[in-house]
Amino acid sequence: MEYEAVIGLEVHVQLNTKSKMFTDVPYKFGEEPNTLTDPVIWALPGVLPVLNYEAIRKAIKAGMLFGCTIPDIAKWDRKNYFYPDSAKNYQLSQYDQPLCLGGEVEIELAGKDGSQMGPHRKVKLTRIHLEEDVGKLTHHAGESLVDYNRAGTPLIEIVSEPDMHSGEEAFAYLNSLRDCLVFADISACDMEKGQMRCDANISVRPKGQAELGVKVELKNINSMSNVRLGIEYEIRRQIDCLKKGVAIVQETRRYDAALGVTQSMRSKEDAHDYRYFPDPDLMPVKISDELRAQIRAELPELPFDLQRKFMEQDGLPYSVTSVLCHDRELSEYFAEALKTHNNPKAIANLLVNELLRELSAEGQAGGKHNLADCKITPALLAGLVKVIDSGLISKQIGKEVFVEMFATGKSAEQIVSEKGLKQNTDSGEIEKFCLDAMAANAKAIEQFKAGNEKAINALIGPVMKASKGKANPAMVLETLKRLIK
Amino acid sequence: MSDIALKSVKELSDMLAKGEISSVELTKAYIERTAALDGKVHAFLFKDERLALDGAEASDKRRARGETLGALDGIPVSLKDVIAVENQPLTCASKMLEHYVSPYTATSVKNLQARGAVLWGRLNMDEFAMGSSCENSAFGPTHNPWDLSRIPGGSSGGSAAAVAACFCACSLGSDTGGSIRQPASLCGVVGMKPTYGLVSRYGLAAFASSLDQIGPFARTVQDAAMLLGAVASYDPKDSTSVKVPIPDYAANLDENWLKGKKLGLPKEYLPDGLDAQVRAAIEKSVEKCAAAGAQIVEISLPHTELAIPVYYIIATAEASSNLARYDGVRYTHRSAKAKDIVDLYYKSRAEGFGEEVKRRIILGSYVLSSGYYDAYYLRAQKVRTLIRRDFEKAFESGIDAVIAPTSPSAAFKLGEKVSDPLEMYLNDIFTINVNLAGLPGISVPCALSAEGLPIGFQIIGKPFDEQNLLSCAHSCEELFGMRGVLPNLQ
Repeated sequence: MEYEAVIGLEVHVQLNTKSKMFTDVPYKFGEEPNTLTDPVIWALPGVLPVLNYEAIRKAIKAGMLFGCTIPDIAKWDRKNYFYPDSAKNYQLSQYDQPLCLGGEVEIELAGKDGSQMGPHRKVKLTRIHLEEDVGKLTHHAGESLVDYNRAGTPLIEIVSEPDMHSGEEAFAYLNSLRDCLVFADISACDMEKGQMRCDANISVRPKGQAELGVKVELKNINSMSNVRLGIEYEIRRQIDCLKKGVAIVQETRRYDAALGVTQSMRSKEDAHDYRYFPDPDLMPVKISDELRAQIRAELPELPFDLQRKFMEQDGLPYSVTSVLCHDRELSEYFAEALKTHNNPKAIANLLVNELLRELSAEGQAGGKHNLADCKITPALLAGLVKVIDSGLISKQIGKEVFVEMFATGKSAEQIVSEKGLKQNTDSGEIEKFCLDAMAANAKAIEQFKAGNEKAINALIGPVMKASKGKANPAMVLETLKRLIK
Repeated sequence: MSDIALKSVKELSDMLAKGEISSVELTKAYIERTAALDGKVHAFLFKDERLALDGAEASDKRRARGETLGALDGIPVSLKDVIAVENQPLTCASKMLEHYVSPYTATSVKNLQARGAVLWGRLNMDEFAMGSSCENSAFGPTHNPWDLSRIPGGSSGGSAAAVAACFCACSLGSDTGGSIRQPASLCGVVGMKPTYGLVSRYGLAAFASSLDQIGPFARTVQDAAMLLGAVASYDPKDSTSVKVPIPDYAANLDENWLKGKKLGLPKEYLPDGLDAQVRAAIEKSVEKCAAAGAQIVEISLPHTELAIPVYYIIATAEASSNLARYDGVRYTHRSAKAKDIVDLYYKSRAEGFGEEVKRRIILGSYVLSSGYYDAYYLRAQKVRTLIRRDFEKAFESGIDAVIAPTSPSAAFKLGEKVSDPLEMYLNDIFTINVNLAGLPGISVPCALSAEGLPIGFQIIGKPFDEQNLLSCAHSCEELFGMRGVLPNLQ
């Protein structure tokens, strides 16, 4: 029998707001424990939450990226449970009136190879709601410690429909979510820093069966690739169970990356009754048409839309666009460079091939390797392309200039003039180089005359060498052809 | 014993302005009177004479430089022990917070400090403001200054008793279902619950967030108006705070307010079983209002009888969640016997909370439980809307204020109702609706019973119309002749 897996993901994403969700303390990863706190975070008697509107805007923006419906009113609810990660012993969240409803996320599956776009599909969303993150517990021999630095950080929970069927789809979905949220400046989505976290609901059923199988929740998966591996393992495990006639238990499991297996954490019987009720300290949020319009105006182009545009309008190859469109910094750099000189193909090529290579070489050598720290600004890079396009230097010389620019941050014009790299377009001088080359190689002339067009390359080489690479290649070719005749 | 302690805030304010007394002298008078007599009353949970005198000295120095901060500059005010002040204990009369010191100050108190008021002592209450007799304090009950064998009412029993006993010029309390008005009534002082949202709740340890309001206790309506004007403010730290103009309530009091006004007397507030003395006192007071030119209209607030069940669902539901933070993990009492985290919660809370608080947490957790939420909490919220509509309809019909008894009886004996929580809950029957509707209400002393116990007259106003409510109360106070009638506490 053939089986089909059904997967829904719950993805938590920390918003990169200046301050926490309900108080004006900032959040940063990796600070001394319990330094990013205040009476609100400690839940001292008498404190009250105050809404961070920046977080609300970012949550709505996230919803708009994925085409969610943004209702007129969203409200806040208390999710009550006792655990030291939440000082109030309840978490402020949104239960039945979240900020974003519905929506879908476009994903791309792997193509035949890296040079071809893979198939695309859309994964349906249930909702996105806004809540506060909780603190972090660490357990030691005989004691547990709690750090409230993370507590109260704005967190969106993106809940998908059970609309995915493989680890690959889940992986593609997470990648697409991350790209979109990074492009929209909503979160850095770094899973290692806990800025993005993923829980997966997985069930398996015989192919063609309408009702879903028993659901297992996979929690605490700490990297993109582990999401994929964990899901793939869990699908195999459940199919195995079905094949052997072993009942699948509804439970929460964790993925052990070291062992590459999932393990039971708790069964459904341990499920909490969260006693949700509307938070009486916060008013419902009213979302006006003006606010919607304001946020809509801030939406960036989505990475896949950008990629299609680059391929169709600018004729960029898929492999270049897939580098360009899944890195916000790079795509912004690219857009900025185009403002100086509109030659997308040449600029993209220099950026993806030359600049990234130099940056990564520098990174490997232990130096700075961020685009932000790079000495070649977008305008400088575009300037180089402009200088090449104007015929001042050849592409070949351009590569030499690029290396100099990367090291010094000087403009292409400056390097060309300082080093005297300007292309030689003096017809008299070029003619002299050509005559010299022809005199030294009568055989090549004969072959060319006999119809072997390529034979002329044996003459071009010496001309370029004699001119130290600066002779205009087009003029050299034209002059040689004229003189041979 | 100096009788400046017995004077009204207004009189004291004028005397300070004229230089007839200093704030230090006044503060010392209260310190001495409290030291001499609070052993009998037990209104205070915390006193810091040095701190109060420092505040008084600072006020006197300001005044010497000609820089006063207003009418309350130099006036000693005490606070219910549920309102946070930086570096002061905040026990909520609970073992749970016995050793807790607040690192920050409530907005209402900051407003008082900005106006130069002298903070003098923290006052007893029912634990976490849950109770109607002040007997639920973990640190022993407060006694009614009119009869020490009786309760002062609650939950702000200490705040009412301290003002009645003249241990301070005025005080702040909090009112969730009558916790200011009922003890004011039982102690023969003026107590007011403002409209929900007028006074910031930031720094008020929450009992039921959608009902709690801070409000003033004073010996005259004018004093209450002065104190209210000083604490009320829009506060961005309290999302339920409302931006409304705050007039100078005390300066704008109209003592002829009653003339031509329509007072609504709800028939549901004078039920058959009502204490005969309370009924007589209210009827007599109503007659006085009529004689002063007010038109008395019988009205109906048909959902009144649902108030107690609705209140004990909503208030306990919110409390069960609000009090979850007192868990033994951070700053509260922590059980020494706990074995693991769950045990830590159970034991710390079992040891730290009193019976009534536990009862309400259990009730509130129950009504929010999955499967019961719709039947209890959601339904109660719907009835709450009906209760609010009752008042709206009354005001829409042209009523200027609603009048009623504050409490169904005068002060009862300590221990009399302590074993019967339902009987105790009925004490709030006339006050709870006002919280559920979010309206302002005030209790003004109107008579003494045959036993010499005060009886309060409650006036309920339109939302954010504190000025008219205070003018009404001020006019009534003139008629009732109870101003300056104080217990003989020696």
